[in-house]
Amino acid sequence: MNMIVCVKQVIDPEAPPASFKIDPSSNKVVPPPGVSPVISPFDENAAEAALKIKDTQGGKITVISLGTNLLRDVVKKPLSMGADELILLEDEAFTNGDSWSTAYALAMAIKKIGDYDIIFCGRQAADWDAGQVGLGIAEILGLPSVTAAKKIDITDSKARVEMVTTDGYEVIEVPLPALITVSSELGEPRYPTIKGIMAAKRKEPIIWKPADIGVDPSQVGASGRRIKILKLFQPIREGKCEIIEGESVEEAAANLASKMRKAKLL
Amino acid sequence: MTEYKGVMIYSEVTEGKLAAISTELKGCGRKLADDLGQELSAVLVGSGISGLAQEVIAFGADKVYIVDDPLLKDYQTDSYVQVMEKVIKQVMPQIFLLGQTSIGRDLAPRLAFRLNTAASMDCLELAIDPDSKLMLRTKPVYGGNAQAVFTCESYPQIATVRVKVMSPLERDTSRQGEVITIEAGLDPSMIKTKVLEKVKAEVEGIKLEDAEVIVSGGRGLGSAEGFKELEELAKVLKGAVGSSRPPCDNGWVPEALHIGLTGKVVAPDLYIAVAISGASQHLAGCSGSKNIIAINKDPEANIFKEARFGVVGDYRKVIPAFTDKVKELLAG
Ligand SMILES: Cc1cc2nc3c(=O)[nH]c(=O)nc-3n(C[C@H](O)[C@H](O)[C@H](O)COP(=O)(O)OP(=O)(O)OC[C@H]3O[C@@H](n4cnc5c(N)ncnc54)[C@H](O)[C@@H]3O)c2cc1C
Repeated sequence: MNMIVCVKQVIDPEAPPASFKIDPSSNKVVPPPGVSPVISPFDENAAEAALKIKDTQGGKITVISLGTNLLRDVVKKPLSMGADELILLEDEAFTNGDSWSTAYALAMAIKKIGDYDIIFCGRQAADWDAGQVGLGIAEILGLPSVTAAKKIDITDSKARVEMVTTDGYEVIEVPLPALITVSSELGEPRYPTIKGIMAAKRKEPIIWKPADIGVDPSQVGASGRRIKILKLFQPIREGKCEIIEGESVEEAAANLASKMRKAKLL
Repeated sequence: MTEYKGVMIYSEVTEGKLAAISTELKGCGRKLADDLGQELSAVLVGSGISGLAQEVIAFGADKVYIVDDPLLKDYQTDSYVQVMEKVIKQVMPQIFLLGQTSIGRDLAPRLAFRLNTAASMDCLELAIDPDSKLMLRTKPVYGGNAQAVFTCESYPQIATVRVKVMSPLERDTSRQGEVITIEAGLDPSMIKTKVLEKVKAEVEGIKLEDAEVIVSGGRGLGSAEGFKELEELAKVLKGAVGSSRPPCDNGWVPEALHIGLTGKVVAPDLYIAVAISGASQHLAGCSGSKNIIAINKDPEANIFKEARFGVVGDYRKVIPAFTDKVKELLAG
């Protein structure tokens, strides 16, 4: 089983909301100082999905990440979890893309890899929350796709995928090769082992530039965008919470009920 | 590009009825269509759904396109993208809107890529730019810590809209509209996937989406046991129990209770958040609530920024005392 996992380095989405800042002049987010970026959490779930398959039936996992200033310790995490290869699409030309230009570059890189049974992506990246790149790759490569998977079983070149829906889940059968996006319901990604970390340290990522994947720099990154961003802003929160006090916590709780009654909330 | 005209919405059907999001979309689609001085149409896709056409018109569509075919019984990416590609190439709407539902999140991106245009997902606000006449798409990003306004110059302009954000139009059965049938013309060999099973989560009592009161618990409850007290309070308030993501991840409560960016979006009158820190991804699912009450032992917790009233303290002490007082007040 040859598997490809697409992962994105993002600002830690679990950093405290108060640390979140925007530079309005550039329409960009200012990374919070002292907080390391991470692999977007759903992409770690995607890596875990591939590793689970490798555990039971063996196979090779190639990880691809697109961006600039990719911190090696961050993007090597899937390697330390047990993935085999890391390819970085690391070039200025790839930056500031949208779902379109990113999916296009990744699809071209995947074409170059050539031999694959499943491509895994996270259901959405924790920065732009678009949830489009995976499906875009599938569309460009002409592959069937399943979104938001929580369980994947492989038999005879078919995947049986449990897809999370609003009210439960559906079981979908899809022939391989296919693209599957993965959701957190799959379960916690595994921790890297010491052995894995050592192996990842020694492993040099393969770096591909636009020419390596046969694309013109004008087709990727900011130049390949179809969506224009006019404004990025932080919504204003009123923040007028009335903290209800009391002699004791229990009394405060009772006072809250009375207060809510008065405000006609009960 | 001038041959593209009108606003079209995807009228989602669940269990033989128009989904709530379909009527919400008609509310915002109507406004966009009026601003452009163009018509609002809706498309109904499925098997045995033709009977819903009048209902779609009653909620504000000028025209309804119907694609009714046994092969469309279940939503499947391959068949629905194929059908929608055909419908859009035939009708050529300037704007196409869907709900940010299990279907919308799957259909919109693939369709956009196929049509060589770009979608914006999970929008909170849509408007027409008075100068360019392009659709301005406001969408939360970074888990809701920020919002961005996007435009796209290629047609059709596609967006999905978050549920429970837009107000539906009044149902008016005297509205007149035109019904147009489009053949699905599906090639079954192009449908690669198969739906083997659909599993619905069983929930007792009031459905989360319909509840006017929700008592929601977070990681700070510490265990499944912690939710027992919330259930008691919810019963007294005739409400439902909800959850942030960690209790679902930990298996304390079923996944169906998950509220947030990637869970359910709710907008009850009263949302009582217990031992929930108020991460932006959670607020994405509940900030539309009319009144949020926060109970948290950390006075600095972000949830207090969203709440109207709050109590700082251990839920183990707060909830029993609060529940008793509520019972007393409701009895008297
Ligand atoms: C891409 C992405 C998508 C996500 N989607 C969602 C989503 O859809 N929904 C969602 O909820 N989360 C989502 N998350 C996770 C989110 O970032 C937070 O991690 C999560 O919401 C935190 O849940 P919590 O508030 O229950 O837990 P915590 O943040 O751990 O907060 C627990 C709170 O409980 C309080 N507490 C502890 N003990 C007590 C006590 N005894 N009494 C009173 N208070 C107590 C603490 O002070 C703390 O404020 C997503 C994250 C990412 C990266």
